[in-house]
Amino acid sequence: MRVEPSWYLVLSALLFTIGVAGVLIRRNAIVLFMCVELMLNSVNLSFIAFSKLNGDLNGQILSFFVMVVAAAEVVVGLGILVAIFRKRSSTSVDDVNLLKG
Amino acid sequence: MSPLHAGAILAATTSAERAELVLFIILAPLAVVTALGMVLNRHAVYSALLLVINFFCLAAFYVFLQAQFLAAVQVIVYAGAIMVLFLFVLMLLGISREDMLHETIRGQRPAAAVLVALLLAGTIWALFTHPFSGVGADLNAVAGNDNVRAIGRLLFTRYVFAFEATGLLLVVAAVGALVLGKRAGRPLPRGSAAQREEQVP
Repeated sequence: MRVEPSWYLVLSALLFTIGVAGVLIRRNAIVLFMCVELMLNSVNLSFIAFSKLNGDLNGQILSFFVMVVAAAEVVVGLGILVAIFRKRSSTSVDDVNLLKG
Repeated sequence: MSPLHAGAILAATTSAERAELVLFIILAPLAVVTALGMVLNRHAVYSALLLVINFFCLAAFYVFLQAQFLAAVQVIVYAGAIMVLFLFVLMLLGISREDMLHETIRGQRPAAAVLVALLLAGTIWALFTHPFSGVGADLNAVAGNDNVRAIGRLLFTRYVFAFEATGLLLVVAAVGALVLGKRAGRPLPRGSAAQREEQVP
């Protein structure tokens, strides 16, 4: 018995679900970002597991690009968060309700 | 350790496979537990630190899956740069008094639980109805025993346009973060482009 890439796929599904649960129940915007990072990472794990399954390096390249885009997303997202905090003195997503009808 | 796990380890063939199995049995639950702790912890700083542990577990998995370059990138970029950014913003904004206690939308948590259960059931069902069996190919052989060189070759030939586009994306992100982070109230330097723009209306 040895570790198969499909085990990593199951683990990735678990981590993604935990990330989704976090996005659904948490209210702190910084923690929401962390949950999004967790989801992106779990998908990276899938890509790399599929890369191993198929013997194809393109999955790793795609995973690399996901990391770059995630880095850019975090930079802009945290910038927006700091800007909102200056206006509202809160990082809770409930306080960002300017567009609420 | 349960007898089942011990038996599985004895049945493994080579020492490398045995090591991978043992480490997977240790690290996979650790990854799940740290992810759960990240979601459920009331202190955002603890969440960030648990997420760092999770990222390190994922880096170990990348090594097992023969993605050595990405394992290094995972540690450097995620555990290094991104989490430092998270902690920096947490410290900058102050630790907020947490929100977990009351739900602001009625029935949100039960609905979230149902949706999450559906998602988990769906993904697990998809994985077990279309099983991906086998241990896959030896990526080290595919990459000619040099993962970094193989990835670099792909990046600068087949994916060179995407590579340049991500470079542009990073520049735009850096400029965007600067613009967002600039304080609006402070007087701008005399004669700067932003000041002239402000005087227009």
